[in-house]
Amino acid sequence: MSTRLASGGRLLNKGKAVEFTFNGKRLQGYEGDTLASALLANDQMMVGRSFKYHRPRGIVASGAEEPNALFNMGEGSKFEPNQRATTTELFHGLTCASQNHWPSLEFDVGVVNNYAARFLPAGFYYKTFMAPRAAWKHVFEPIVRQSAGLGKAPKDRDADRYEHFYAFFDVVVVGGGIAGLIAAKAAGASGAKVLLMEQTAHWGGRTPVDGGEIDGVAVEDFIASLVNELKAMGNVTMRNRMMGAGVYDHGYVLGYERVADHTPNAVGPRHRMWRIRASQIVTATGAIERPLSFAGNDVPGVMLAAAVRDYVMDYGVSIGDRTVVVTNNDDAYRTAIALKNSGLEVPVILDARASGGGALADEARALGIRVENGKGIAKVKGGKRVTGVAICAQAGEGSTLEEIKCDAVAMSGGWSPVVHLWSHCGGKLIWDDAQAHFRPDASCAPTNQNGEGFVVPAGTANGPLGLNAVLADAVKAGESAAKAAGFTPKSVAAPQGVASDEAAMEPVWLMPQGAGPKLRMKAWLDYQNDVKVSDVRLAAQEGYESVEHTKRYTTLGMATDQGKLSNINGLATLAGQLNAPIPAVGTTTFRPPYHPVSFGAIAGEARAETFQPVRDTPISGWHSENNAFFEPVGHWRRPYCFPRNGESHAEAVKREINQTRNSLGMLDASTLGKLVVSGPDAGKFLDMLYTNMMSTLKVGKCRYGLMCSENGFLIDDGVVARIDEETFLCHTTTGGAERIHGWMEEWLQTEWWDWKVYVANVTEQYAQVAVVGPNARKVLEKLGGMDVSKEALAFMEWKDGKLGDFDARAYRISFSGELSYEIAVPASQGRAFWDALLEAGAEFDVMPYGTEALHVMRAEKGFIMIGDETDGTVIPQDLNMQWAISKKKEDYLGKRAQERSFMASADRWKLVGLETLDGAVIPDGAYIPAAGENANGQRNVQGRITSTYYSPTMDRGIAMALVHRGPDRMGEVLDIPTLDGTVLKAKIVDQVFYDKDGEKQNV
Amino acid sequence: MSNLVSALNHAKSAGFASVEETGLQGMITVRGDLASKAMAAAVKAATGAAVPATRKIEKGDTGAVAWMSPDELLVITSYEGVDSAIEAMKASLQGEHSMVVNVSDARAVFKVSGSAEDVMAKLAPVDFSTEAFQPGEFRRSRLAQVAAAMWKNDDGSFELVCFRSTAQYVFDLLSVSAANGGEVRHLS
Repeated sequence: MSTRLASGGRLLNKGKAVEFTFNGKRLQGYEGDTLASALLANDQMMVGRSFKYHRPRGIVASGAEEPNALFNMGEGSKFEPNQRATTTELFHGLTCASQNHWPSLEFDVGVVNNYAARFLPAGFYYKTFMAPRAAWKHVFEPIVRQSAGLGKAPKDRDADRYEHFYAFFDVVVVGGGIAGLIAAKAAGASGAKVLLMEQTAHWGGRTPVDGGEIDGVAVEDFIASLVNELKAMGNVTMRNRMMGAGVYDHGYVLGYERVADHTPNAVGPRHRMWRIRASQIVTATGAIERPLSFAGNDVPGVMLAAAVRDYVMDYGVSIGDRTVVVTNNDDAYRTAIALKNSGLEVPVILDARASGGGALADEARALGIRVENGKGIAKVKGGKRVTGVAICAQAGEGSTLEEIKCDAVAMSGGWSPVVHLWSHCGGKLIWDDAQAHFRPDASCAPTNQNGEGFVVPAGTANGPLGLNAVLADAVKAGESAAKAAGFTPKSVAAPQGVASDEAAMEPVWLMPQGAGPKLRMKAWLDYQNDVKVSDVRLAAQEGYESVEHTKRYTTLGMATDQGKLSNINGLATLAGQLNAPIPAVGTTTFRPPYHPVSFGAIAGEARAETFQPVRDTPISGWHSENNAFFEPVGHWRRPYCFPRNGESHAEAVKREINQTRNSLGMLDASTLGKLVVSGPDAGKFLDMLYTNMMSTLKVGKCRYGLMCSENGFLIDDGVVARIDEETFLCHTTTGGAERIHGWMEEWLQTEWWDWKVYVANVTEQYAQVAVVGPNARKVLEKLGGMDVSKEALAFMEWKDGKLGDFDARAYRISFSGELSYEIAVPASQGRAFWDALLEAGAEFDVMPYGTEALHVMRAEKGFIMIGDETDGTVIPQDLNMQWAISKKKEDYLGKRAQERSFMASADRWKLVGLETLDGAVIPDGAYIPAAGENANGQRNVQGRITSTYYSPTMDRGIAMALVHRGPDRMGEVLDIPTLDGTVLKAKIVDQVFYDKDGEKQNV
Repeated sequence: MSNLVSALNHAKSAGFASVEETGLQGMITVRGDLASKAMAAAVKAATGAAVPATRKIEKGDTGAVAWMSPDELLVITSYEGVDSAIEAMKASLQGEHSMVVNVSDARAVFKVSGSAEDVMAKLAPVDFSTEAFQPGEFRRSRLAQVAAAMWKNDDGSFELVCFRSTAQYVFDLLSVSAANGGEVRHLS
């Protein structure tokens, strides 16, 4: 069993016990524990079931590479699935539960998959679900859905807060182990601004676990004084609990800071995503130990050798009383020695190398440990826990030579540098035969905007595994990063450790090397996704020669650990089967993030109120207070209608329209775009932008205009007012203000840069209120001030003056067909002006109306709406707006496009009005079919509805539609099928339904 | 006049830094040839300050002037002083191709005091470190999802300008970024 030892545990505060809950059991650990070490201290070796076969799985590693120990963490609004026990710091009250089992971890029904493993080989899904077709929906999909996924999805809204932080550095060092600390010091000494980040809570990485001396002092003391030195450097920033998640173009680095995962009740953000620009990036990300592929290497109790050592040294936890060590390199001997020195038994060290180990092997033997060279594990005994191992010759096929009882196995297949961050942005790798691993190829670094490398690997992440080589490499990396960032490094001698004489490792990709099919079927490569040696071999046999294809076919390396343990073993197995050298097979692509990051950290502050900007007019407050039902228009929120006393929206819209047509309505039109265009060439400029002539507009007058893209399509419309000889004010649609402003600037900056015109967007300078209805003039006269009579301010004129106390500009324009004024006042007077109008209008029973009433009233008048009657394929001629297209102008944007044959063709769909014979309202978006079918067997279509409403004024349905040769077919009755299968009959009519002669607006 | 209300009417919040909407401010968009003598005279007449260099803000007796683009300045005055400033500038720029537009009501102004850099750096992709961003620096950038322009005062506080319609969003952004527990202790 695994347990807490009486002594040891350099990271623990044994004075402070911490209580936590696992699967409903109350357990205890110490401050400084990870969740993994605390579970092991409580003999909780088995932590979950595997994804596909539901095999019992235990903790394998001690860091970010852990594939098995994933938990549903927390409850309610703090719930989060797939949290890794090895990277979770223990805190008081932590609650977690294991995943992927039913009904319980100990007894799991899904384990039948394990007994059926023969029938679930690689590519099972692809092969099985091809046929029969109907089986997918009724048989396979329900089963797959039941068994898919590891953790549960959260149900509640996340209670925590997240944020981003932008930072700028000359050199960013990722990894706070010995190499990162030394590289940061070397870079910092040059004066460069340095950030050093470390994903755990501790500095120094794994070096203290292995002990020894550097520069004549104990490693732990050396690191402590190095950390203090760095802290004292004003140009060096140190952040722990912060992981380098990804490296991107132009020296962009994401730093994932877990601010409060270990203090979940603290006030403040939980995670902070640092968005960093760095001139140079040093990746001191260390190395990860590889498992060995032998039968039963997934039984709980089989662990990476270095992890066994970490748990003993860092947390005072033993994995078992009797631990068999199996290795192909010298490093694992350190585990055996550490266990022995802690008073634990190591029955045997199985060294797969026929020639055995170096000095460390001698040390182990001197401690009385039995060492067997050229031997390996044929098979691990036990189901939910290791009970023993069968020993065999590595060179053979797995005949058992001897069985040894044990309750833990520490395995080491060699070390692979963590090259993820190096590779994210295109750094290439080379295969190191001596160490049997891929390491960064210094001649093919990721390159920046100048074609120069911007990532420098340091320490074990760069390949060297011996302490002295690591120290020297880290100094060199720090200095070269500083130099590349434009600083002059101060040459510092690398610190010196005590070197140990290690024998060369030997690659072992299968144990024993001649293992037959039965053993291969139980030799796991990828624990989390249940991929075995046999699966990769099968994939190769079936022709999946590319490593990327094999990955997808077998799911090797596709789980939340992204193959940190399985990649190299998997591709070596593939290479073996293909009879190709490993570098020829290559690796899969390394993609950010290095380790999963929370969605909250990605979203940052963008949630709740700050999810998206919502734009308010100066009058928005009144709308909210008066029960407005809002609709989004761009980022604006505009009132759709103002329901009163339990009215439906339709009833409210009808009331607002009737009151406006009969007496007085008002609309908050502040969102309309307002662009000032000014300069000696302003008229010439607007003549190019609008289809009609604007340069002839008289000062004090208004003119409606259309704007087209250079392809001839209608993109915006609005009223232009001439303010003075050189100045125009152009109204745009609500959604068009920024777009049209950009459109104008683009032409002025790129094509007509020599024209003397300036443009400014003054949309928000004004609150604008449409005062509409037969009593509009009376209410303005009540406010007093400027003369708004027909004589003083005629239709399509504007005037500046005072209305009551307010600085007003009044435009006599109408989008409703009624007598109408649009009054602009400075935004800060907007709310007061609105209130004053409401008060003055009370005697006319004034009613504010929303965008739906606006839409219906304009449709009754046959006015087009950009976005309804236009969709980016409609030209003004389609809308019968030839009257707004100047024939005198030599050119305007869109003119030539509109002259192309198919644009000028009489065969286009053109705008008409439609009246249903029975007065019904045609559904929005309906199509108007024609006889026959097209080449795809679809019904031919001769038109579509662009706007359709119930008109309170007409008391019937009205619509506008684009219909093939529509205006030539007045009076024709069309069939319009609806979704419920009925067919509406509608007559083609003039699009102007109300007051065609404009008598009402022109009073 | 009681009719005048700024976007958030002096809303305030406080965490590890404090945030305040500072009320109505006179603001004028000026476009023209920034190198011309007429422009120098116009800016001087309105604010008492010189035309700022790229990405700088200059302060004078009666206002300030900020560099917005190679042909655009933002003149900042008292709200009451806008009309006379516009008049003075138009007079100086007589005959020059230029534009002078009152945008006071189109904007909202905020002040962030205390550990302001750490608040600003959560929202704008700008290097706010003391060596990079000193009083007198001016940036047009963004705060999360909206446009903003910002500068640092001599007392270390920051002021920023955004569009009036986005004032509530910007206030909420600044407030949550300055909320207690969110101290980064990196820049301030």
